Amino acid sequence: MIPFDYRRAENPAGAVATVAGAPGAVYLAGGTNLVDHLKLDVARPDLVVDVTGLPFDRVEPRADGGLRVGATVRNSDLAAHPVVRERYPVLSQALLAGASGQLRNMATTGGNLLQRTRCPYFQDVTTACNKRDPGSGCSAIEGYHRYHAILGASPDCVAVHPSDMAVALVALDATVRVLGRHGERDIPVDALHRLPGDRPDRDTILEHGDLITAVDLPAPLSVRSAYRKVRERSSFAFALVSVAAVADLRDGRVQDCRIALGGVAHKPWRAHAAEDVLRAGEPSEQLFTRAADAELAGAKPLPDNGFKVAMARGALVATLRGLTTEGTA
Amino acid sequence: MEATITITVDGRQRTVAVDTRTTLLDALRDRLAVTAPKKGCDHGQCGSCTVLLDGRRVLSCLALAVAHDGAEVVTAAGLDNDRLRETFLDNDAFQCGYCTPGQLCSAAGMLDELKAGWPSAVTDGEPTLSASEIRERMAGNLCRCGAYVGIVAAIQEAGR
Ligand SMILES: Cc1cc2nc3c(=O)[nH]c(=O)nc-3n(C[C@H](O)[C@H](O)[C@H](O)COP(=O)(O)OP(=O)(O)OC[C@H]3O[C@@H](n4cnc5c(N)ncnc54)[C@H](O)[C@@H]3O)c2cc1C
Ligand code: SF4
Ligand code: FES
Ligand code: FES
Repeated sequence: MIPFDYRRAENPAGAVATVAGAPGAVYLAGGTNLVDHLKLDVARPDLVVDVTGLPFDRVEPRADGGLRVGATVRNSDLAAHPVVRERYPVLSQALLAGASGQLRNMATTGGNLLQRTRCPYFQDVTTACNKRDPGSGCSAIEGYHRYHAILGASPDCVAVHPSDMAVALVALDATVRVLGRHGERDIPVDALHRLPGDRPDRDTILEHGDLITAVDLPAPLSVRSAYRKVRERSSFAFALVSVAAVADLRDGRVQDCRIALGGVAHKPWRAHAAEDVLRAGEPSEQLFTRAADAELAGAKPLPDNGFKVAMARGALVATLRGLTTEGTA
Repeated sequence: MEATITITVDGRQRTVAVDTRTTLLDALRDRLAVTAPKKGCDHGQCGSCTVLLDGRRVLSCLALAVAHDGAEVVTAAGLDNDRLRETFLDNDAFQCGYCTPGQLCSAAGMLDELKAGWPSAVTDGEPTLSASEIRERMAGNLCRCGAYVGIVAAIQEAGR
């Protein structure tokens, strides 16, 4: 670990000015990803600006019937929040499916969104990795890639985004509030993360110094929502694939729905093709399978992760079956 | 860079100068000789470094000491829960004991979370102190000796 200076952010604008003005500066929140990367030499900042003292630690109702979740709200508090449990079950479930009790007590909303890939080569500075060291190559394509992408990857990077929470946020049409050098702006969570293309070093569209201040949840399309995560053991493991789904079911039909897949791409994958098949349809096993097939038609698995295509299909069908027969899957 | 921090550890106020790179775990063990929390993986994967930080269970290996100036830290040595210690003994909830201080702090934090009504991934309705709830909530604490059966029984007994 190289030496760095530590500063506590006094106010949001000051924090942005400090970090935007210093190329080697980074924000620190719960530290569960950043401190790991400091130890691994994956992150080599010369200044760490701690944002946990900023006034972003609240969950507040919004005039439109939605919720504003502050960027430093801890994952455990958000998962246990009564309004989140009642109206946004998919979000509570996604948070509780992630990491461990201790980690969720530390991890924040902002840090969770900006956590970086768990690709083992990204975390190992002795290997080639275009995300960590642009132009050095991608060790995963011909190496270990069981956990890697089946959708939207590029010849430069096949990593997946590891967050469970972000998948739920995409299915909820959530928006991130960002404070940058030129003021505040709102970015749909779906547009926050990027596909790798030829710039896998950039996980998101954020600029250096941009500070996430909150996540806004609109009033839910329906309280009928669920998160399903498939992994190699029943707890404390990252997703192989996951599904977040929200469905408005009335008069025996899917009036509307929002679906996102996790563990399959460089970003939470909004399943527009599946949604189109489901909309106005009568829930049935055939409809769900058609929806899943439509979404996965473009899947391009690597030699060792073809199982993910069938797994994503199965997980999506099972989630929809659960959602449409009961309240949760 | 150096920074001076003051933290309360198991009820005692301690002031120490640390390099900004020092984790809370290393500050406790190497600078303050508080060796109850253990270093297993140093990457957030095993739970042996678990302490209560301002009342909540966290991993001290992923916390920077400098970020917790003024905090109150409780380790397994200062845990105000003799009942949990006894039930761990009574149920053979350890063999080598290396993971045990982390298990104890995690269990104490977990029982408080359950009391506060926090859900877990296996909660259906109101959370109870069932074996499956304990297993899920303690998933962040690994035990290489495999004393899990005893650990679950000990926590269940202590929580009753
Ligand atoms: C063993 C282990 C298992 C895990 N399992 C899972 C899992 O199953 N599912 C899952 O989803 N996650 C999992 N995680 C990841 C965990 O959820 C993330 O590490 C955590 O959410 C990051 O939040 P943080 O507040 O600690 O972020 P930090 O580590 O503090 O920061 C992460 C990044 O975000 C930036 N940042 C933080 N806050 C802001 C802000 N407000 N504005 C701008 N930038 C900001 C930081 O600069 C840094 O680059 C696991 C982690 C570990 C160690
Ligand atoms: S998949 Fe992406 S993160 Fe992994 S080695 Fe290749 S370039 Fe790096
Ligand atoms: S040493 Fe902290 S989790 Fe393993
Ligand atoms: S008792 Fe030996 S590691 Fe748990």
